[in-house]
Amino acid sequence: MTATEGKNEIIAIEPGELSVKAMEMKSKGLRLSQACAAWLRKEEKLELSYSFVDDETYDMFNVRISLDNDKRDTEIASISDIFPYAAFYENEMRELFGANIKVINLDLHNKLYRIEEETPFVPKKEGQN
Amino acid sequence: MGKRSVIPYGPQHPVLPEPIHLDLVLEDEKIVDVLPSIGFIHRGLEKLTEKRDFNQMVYVTERVCGICSFGHGYGYCDTVEHIMNIEVPDRAKFLRTIWFELSRLHSHLLWAGLMADAFGFENLFYQCWRVREKVLDVIELTTGGRVIFSVNKVGGVLKDITPEMQKAILEMLDYVEKETKVLEKTFMNDYTVQSRMKGVGVLTKEQAHALGCAGPFARASGIATDMRMRGYAAYGELDMEPIISNDGDCYGRCEVRIGEIYQSIDLIRQAIDKLPDGELAAVVKGNPNGEYFMRIEQPRGEADYYIKGNGTPNLDRMRVRTPTFANLAGLCEVLKGADYADVGILAVTIDPCISCTER
Amino acid sequence: MYKITRSPWVMHYDGSSCNGCDIEVLACLTPVYDAERFGIINTGDPLQADILLITGGINTQNAPVVKQLYDQMADPKVVVAVGVCACTGGVFKDCYNILGGADQVIPVDVYVPGCAARPQAIIDGIVKGIGVFQERLEKMEKGESLTDNKKAEETAESEDK
Repeated sequence: MTATEGKNEIIAIEPGELSVKAMEMKSKGLRLSQACAAWLRKEEKLELSYSFVDDETYDMFNVRISLDNDKRDTEIASISDIFPYAAFYENEMRELFGANIKVINLDLHNKLYRIEEETPFVPKKEGQN
Repeated sequence: MGKRSVIPYGPQHPVLPEPIHLDLVLEDEKIVDVLPSIGFIHRGLEKLTEKRDFNQMVYVTERVCGICSFGHGYGYCDTVEHIMNIEVPDRAKFLRTIWFELSRLHSHLLWAGLMADAFGFENLFYQCWRVREKVLDVIELTTGGRVIFSVNKVGGVLKDITPEMQKAILEMLDYVEKETKVLEKTFMNDYTVQSRMKGVGVLTKEQAHALGCAGPFARASGIATDMRMRGYAAYGELDMEPIISNDGDCYGRCEVRIGEIYQSIDLIRQAIDKLPDGELAAVVKGNPNGEYFMRIEQPRGEADYYIKGNGTPNLDRMRVRTPTFANLAGLCEVLKGADYADVGILAVTIDPCISCTER
Repeated sequence: MYKITRSPWVMHYDGSSCNGCDIEVLACLTPVYDAERFGIINTGDPLQADILLITGGINTQNAPVVKQLYDQMADPKVVVAVGVCACTGGVFKDCYNILGGADQVIPVDVYVPGCAARPQAIIDGIVKGIGVFQERLEKMEKGESLTDNKKAEETAESEDK
């Protein structure tokens, strides 16, 4: 067997470029492997990562949107029109981390896990209740 | 057009021991739409990183799922090791591979049993689980645990496999191989079993790709992707090819998983043959600072790990994307157009692990 | 009615467990451990079940499900909590979505520890559960009310008020 570890890259993009990037990945025949959000406690940043993988070469491209604390409400267009199954990931990101993702094709209105605990798990801003 | 009705499936259901709720929209006997709702097992263990340090998190991660427990522990450790640039000793890599394949062996036999139970073949279910107990005996001998064996730690493994244990493993493999050949005859050739599986829940290669399916579910539709080909742990030094089937139906999925039982047996034999001498674990100093994306092949398919460390013992983010989460979209697709009587089989056929999905 | 303890029917519900205890419960019923030699039959129907095996902790979403399953079971009934998660919440006790063990919503009679609970321990727990079952059965035949149920009725009444 020839082990092919594949590339593992992180590509930083602006919030508005996500749809274009997703289209580009789709046209290359890649698959959305996962999408997740992370709240960096030290730097006070919200990071969204979309991972696209190639099933033949095992390459992995992680598209990264980084939002500072004051910009974390920036609207992000959903990619669920391009990758329909992204809806589950995007609902999760919005419910647990408060990412402002708009127009998800299967919108569960923050009721994916139906938890009682107050979400999102990011520190509140001043003036918010 | 027939009469439409909505039938709830789960969360407590005789076929599937795990709670998942599906709202099935039926038109006469045919399913036209499916709405899954999850959250019955959501625990929120990813957020425990705030309360536990990165060494303690190994044990929490292992309890994401009790069936693929070793794989989750391994995936977590490997990701942290990549961030901290730890060189794991060769012997530890091989030992991890052996345990990983043992857990795959018991998981696939467990699935085969549940599948037999789903189409009502109780005897076959019991036979599969009887063979599986031999694998668990060996796991207990080498690690001390039956289903959750906690032998991983950041930097290596905690226990060794001695030559006597290797002998016991090889004896077990001979037994399981012999027994699996008998079971395979029933699964692959029996007329009644075939009538429940052939042509049921067909997913084409294009559909499987478009829905982002992973693991044996995707391989049964002809997508030759297996993360073990990336050569993590000791897989790079072992000889293997992904097992695929082009049928895309329940029969194909069964064929792939039975093929993987033989593949695991072969891989364990190779790994024991090549097992090098050396240390069991490397020294770990400091805290993880950085991030890494890791993909490994669990018994149920491809699992993604993402870890972000910030230089303190508590990680910023630990994320596990489990195979069933990826296969959920595929499950909804195969259920559409299926008969109501086949729902149980189709739900089991993706080898669902709901506690993985919801974490 | 008298010999019902020779063949208790168990029902298994997976709370929010990691599956480890679930497969051990199933392993109990299959060859090698074979709990069926005690006449135990696994059923999926709460109306016919005598013993409820519950694995995993309780979270906000499955609490009403567990409560409903328990209420649907006919008296006398016994609850066996299998695994440390069902006893106290276990390793997930500090998770935000875990309320605690199974005793948060239903009265538990037998606690089986272990992560994952070993089949031997589970069988032991079921056998202990049969003992409790026998006691309740005798009480019922004498026409005495079961204390647990009385308590439950009282709380239900106070809730109604």
